[in-house]
Amino acid sequence: MTALKPGPLPVKPAHRSRRSVTWAACAVLTGVLVIGLAASVLLGTVDVPTGTVARIIVWHLTGHGDPAAWTVSQDTVVWNLRLPRALLAALVGAGLAVSGTATQALVRNPLADPYVLGLTYGAAVGAVAVMVAGYAPFGGISTGVAAFLGALGAFAVVYTLARTGGTLAPLRLILSGMAVTYALSGVTSFLVLQADDPGTTHSVLFWLFGSLAEANWAALGLPAAVLAVTMIALFAQARPLNTLLLGDESAAGLGIPAARLRRHLFLLVALLTGVMVALAGGIGFIGLIVPHAARLLVGSDHRRLLPVATLAGAGFLVLVDIAARTALHPQELPVGVVTSVIGAPLFLWLVHTRARDTTGL
Amino acid sequence: MTTLKLHDVHISIGGTPIVAGVDLTAASGRRVGVVGPNGSGKSTLLRAVYRHLPLARGSITVDGQDVWRLTPRRAAQLVAALPQETRSDFDVTAWEMAAMGRTPHKRPFAPDTAEDTAIVTGALAHAGVGHLAHRRFASLSGGEKQRVLLARAFAQQAPVLVLDEPTNHLDVRHQFELLDLISAAGTTVVAALHDLNLAATYCDDLYVLAEGRVVAHGPPRDLLTPELIRTVFGVDAHVTTRPGDDTPYLILIPRPEGPVTRP
Repeated sequence: MTALKPGPLPVKPAHRSRRSVTWAACAVLTGVLVIGLAASVLLGTVDVPTGTVARIIVWHLTGHGDPAAWTVSQDTVVWNLRLPRALLAALVGAGLAVSGTATQALVRNPLADPYVLGLTYGAAVGAVAVMVAGYAPFGGISTGVAAFLGALGAFAVVYTLARTGGTLAPLRLILSGMAVTYALSGVTSFLVLQADDPGTTHSVLFWLFGSLAEANWAALGLPAAVLAVTMIALFAQARPLNTLLLGDESAAGLGIPAARLRRHLFLLVALLTGVMVALAGGIGFIGLIVPHAARLLVGSDHRRLLPVATLAGAGFLVLVDIAARTALHPQELPVGVVTSVIGAPLFLWLVHTRARDTTGL
Repeated sequence: MTTLKLHDVHISIGGTPIVAGVDLTAASGRRVGVVGPNGSGKSTLLRAVYRHLPLARGSITVDGQDVWRLTPRRAAQLVAALPQETRSDFDVTAWEMAAMGRTPHKRPFAPDTAEDTAIVTGALAHAGVGHLAHRRFASLSGGEKQRVLLARAFAQQAPVLVLDEPTNHLDVRHQFELLDLISAAGTTVVAALHDLNLAATYCDDLYVLAEGRVVAHGPPRDLLTPELIRTVFGVDAHVTTRPGDDTPYLILIPRPEGPVTRP
């Protein structure tokens, strides 16, 4: 009887290997992140010997060492410029990757990223308006504050548009988000054209394409705190998030009220994306590519997906930032340009492989 | 044991009443079928039992506990569901799918224990799909998918099982196999079924729904008469029995003058 049955199709066994793949991926990605951070601190326009870099960092962290062994400018470059910038890259990369992972569960679409929710262009309108108007009520952090408020404004509009009968239907969310994105991108372009001096236009464009140049120690606390809170909340809800992927009916049968979970999730995503975009501008593709690549490695169980995506996002943006700083030296590229240049071909490749996959798009 | 009771259940969708005053009792271990034409409110009724659609009025109780007054988690420990459609846009393995049945038993941050693993492995084996555990859910055939989802319901370990058209898209052999598995589970079962002969074979009691109301209920043998089939479904039927036992068997005949208009 069994001999007559055709054998199972050769499909990659996926389940049992996933746990070990997760551990391996986390180990490798942590290694990449650490190496990336080290390289980021070592590489740059000003030549600082490796030993000196290490001594500067040790001195600042522990107080051991002799500050007379290096110059003040070396100290500034390593401790006040390179290290906070590398750490901000790691935080923003992790934040965007987590936010993309959550967005994909929120709109139940593996090819969504935080951009589809309209948040990024909300932030852009806020930031660009402040830059073009030259209005700085909060001093140096005015752009960031305006960007965050813009993202929250876009969130409020998309939330209101997408909400019907107490539930946020995934398709309505995407459509509302896209509509708001188009409208706000028009507003952004209009504002850019209103800027009359080339300096403003340049800084606006630099912000729009994403930049980590404003990094400093004071700017790290907020994204670190928001990322930590979001990650704890998402880990706590990892099983409910998994059921969300199966549709609201299945989730309900498993004791998960999908409508409520989606409302909370949207709020978390808005907060996280808002903070990250406010600090680093419009960095594209990380929220799409990184979660997606992590899914290919360890599947869609959020208990495995979240740590892998977080580490991958952090490592990826640290490496991209090194490329952005050094590729066209002495000119610095906006990181968003580099992520898009790397991200677009990767995305096309993913779409191509998925099209052959039985899961479809 | 466990009795599911629906009392005076009313459900509206977008202000339109879909289910209007349904009373239904599924006594412990009984298999209750809900039949009726398209749009009669079968799926809507079942969705309220597994808390996907809220009640406008009435109550749904499991051994006297109102499922809509319990936490969603507690309710899902009592009622497991096999809904009509499960999305598989995401890469989920059969094992992961079945393991989601443990969701209502787990608190935040709680890891899978050896007991969970044993329950899920047992549920997959019980549903006859243990050998598919490593496969991607989306790559399975319709029959295999339904069995994996049934394994998920088994892993949920709820005393009440709600099934919405579980045999849809399955070939005849898989229909029998799936319903045999469900019957053997010994839980209280409420299932919406399209195929009246399957309903007659596998159900202890049938509820006939039309336009959101119960028009008749009882054991299939007493219930399935040519008159009922004509008034509810608008087709003629010849009722005989299955060879070898006295299970009613319907031979359905299209009416030459077209279907009867329902009152």
